[in-house]
Amino acid sequence: MSRETQKILTTDGIPLEESLKKAEKKNKLKAFLLVCPLLLFLIITYVFPIGDMLFRSIDDRMVTNMLPKTYKAMENWDGKDLPDEEVFEAFYLDYKKLVEDKTFGKLATQLNYEKNGFKSILKKLKRKMKKFEEGNYKEQIMGVHKRWTNVEYWRALKRRAPAYSYSKYLKGVDMYENEDGKIVQVPEDRRVHKILWVRTVEVAFFVTVLCFLMAYPIAHLLATLPMKYSNLLMICVLLPFWTSLLVRTASWMILLQQQGIVNDFFVWIGLVSDENRPEMMYNKTGTYVAMTQILLPFMVLPLYSVMKTISPSLMRAGKSLGGTPFVAFWKVYFPLTIPGIGAGCLLVFILAIGYYITPALVGGASGTLISNQIAFHMKSTLDWSFASAMGLMLLTGVLAIYWVYNKLVGVDNIKLG
Amino acid sequence: MALPKYTEPHYRIWHYFYLFICSCVFFFLIAPLFVIFPLSFNAEEFLVFSDGMKRLDPDAFSLRWYKDMIYGTKNPWGLAAKNSFIIALFATLGSVILGTVAALGLSSRHMPYKGIIMAALISPMIVPLIISGVAIFFFMAKVGLAATHTGIVLAHIVLGTPFVVITVTATLSGFDHSVTRAAASLGSDPVNTFMKITLPLILPGVISGGLFAFVTSFDEVVVVLFLAGLDNTTIPIQMWTGLREQLSPTILAVATCLIILSTLILVTAELLRRRSERIRGINR
Repeated sequence: MSRETQKILTTDGIPLEESLKKAEKKNKLKAFLLVCPLLLFLIITYVFPIGDMLFRSIDDRMVTNMLPKTYKAMENWDGKDLPDEEVFEAFYLDYKKLVEDKTFGKLATQLNYEKNGFKSILKKLKRKMKKFEEGNYKEQIMGVHKRWTNVEYWRALKRRAPAYSYSKYLKGVDMYENEDGKIVQVPEDRRVHKILWVRTVEVAFFVTVLCFLMAYPIAHLLATLPMKYSNLLMICVLLPFWTSLLVRTASWMILLQQQGIVNDFFVWIGLVSDENRPEMMYNKTGTYVAMTQILLPFMVLPLYSVMKTISPSLMRAGKSLGGTPFVAFWKVYFPLTIPGIGAGCLLVFILAIGYYITPALVGGASGTLISNQIAFHMKSTLDWSFASAMGLMLLTGVLAIYWVYNKLVGVDNIKLG
Repeated sequence: MALPKYTEPHYRIWHYFYLFICSCVFFFLIAPLFVIFPLSFNAEEFLVFSDGMKRLDPDAFSLRWYKDMIYGTKNPWGLAAKNSFIIALFATLGSVILGTVAALGLSSRHMPYKGIIMAALISPMIVPLIISGVAIFFFMAKVGLAATHTGIVLAHIVLGTPFVVITVTATLSGFDHSVTRAAASLGSDPVNTFMKITLPLILPGVISGGLFAFVTSFDEVVVVLFLAGLDNTTIPIQMWTGLREQLSPTILAVATCLIILSTLILVTAELLRRRSERIRGINR
């Protein structure tokens, strides 16, 4: 008998192995098709927009497209001395077209990002240009303002030639590419973003620590109390969890204001005098206090769900083997809660690092975080590509932590309520 | 948590200290919510307890701010509430349908790349809202849905589905798949099986996921701040504007209503969770 005939066949004559594989494949496809609608939806409305954001953050075609002739003429310019007449003429023609289209303002803004002082000389050029005669544009442009004779401005113009640039990312960490093409830090008094990054990580870190210190005892209490008491106390954790973020922030604004209850209390117990009540809002204190209270439930819930599974007899065993309650706790109970600690801390840290609403409302100037800066550039300066770049830098950090979280905890173990 | 009689004094002290710490933390968690109630009944315009209120003088309390909330001139709350409810309802519907179907696929043991797909589906919950807001705003502006209800609903479906996926997969994890096989062997087609067998069994999970999605949408402000025009103002947007510009007691009246709403949702969610656990036979 050959091996072929030994193969088990299904009723329709196909080898069982093959038939099973086929069925398995069909099931896989079925499961995948069920996930497909959501996956497609998210790809279109979420993944694609984030990709678009990435594109926007490096896209620098605006200036390139505004001055096509200039950049063509500049290709032969070595950037050492002032460019030739050819470049000046091309620039004149490009700029004339922009003035006719009334889009020169955008160019002025963009070039002013590159080098201060560009805006005024472009405006002056626009006024004087009407009287320009044909030919010898180099001399005529240079006659408009003495900065046009400064080669630095022409180099700055040339730096904007590439269609894509990573300069926004450099700006996000207070660096820039200087005239010689080297990447250097901006002057010390203008390093605003580094401060914000450090502050964001610092606030997220200390909020996580504070949440942990407060959540551990109450999660332990909730897990060890008899059901009927713990259910009641659980409401204290869940009610804030379900309450609107803005409501909770509003209540902190009332509590922390200078004539607020917390200050009243401090005066009453004589900690501070009535005249110099401390400012507890619109600074870092406000951010810390409000964020800790708002994120606390996210720490309590994972800790609680882990502690609930630890049998109380383990502690008793530890004690009966001669450990003091502290030793039993430290050597037996605490190590068992580490998965919960990891889950809670990572979750709180991830949420805290991207917080926007609360710092914006109670943080003032010294308590704002990187998210607020992103919103500021989206809404006020309208430098959207810079906002995108900062957003993506933050996103990279968050996704890195999320990856660790997924490895350690597994997203399918996230519990809600 | 009574201590045994033989407990040594310093442990006894430690234990009471521990209980004291716990009470402080519980107080810290819950007390801020209760400041809002009395102040929303303040007869005066200030956000501090007036002397009259401290003496419990009935004249110091009034419904003035609630009246202002409902009948006030140029009152934005009516439109905001209407918009909030419409947007949240549609967003919930969308999230529940997409999320439940995806969860069915995810909890099948045949699902390939389960971990990575799950991580991707949950990511809108993890990614900072400001980033989602910026990205979705660019997208909606491009396709012409910025400042429309549709745009906001779509954005909220993105943010709400992770909650539905999590709760429904959790419910399905204890699901006995032999019942669906039994239905199939009795000649029921998959859709019929789902409607008649699976859905009723996982309904508590689906509803509680829906509640999460509802609350997420109802409370969401960051993304709406980017997307909303004047006609799409929602309750959170109005609160945000109010809190930034001038903290008026009307906001506290609204906040009180929101706390009552969240209490109702909390109670519903808790009841559902217990029911779901009973159905799944988990006794804790």
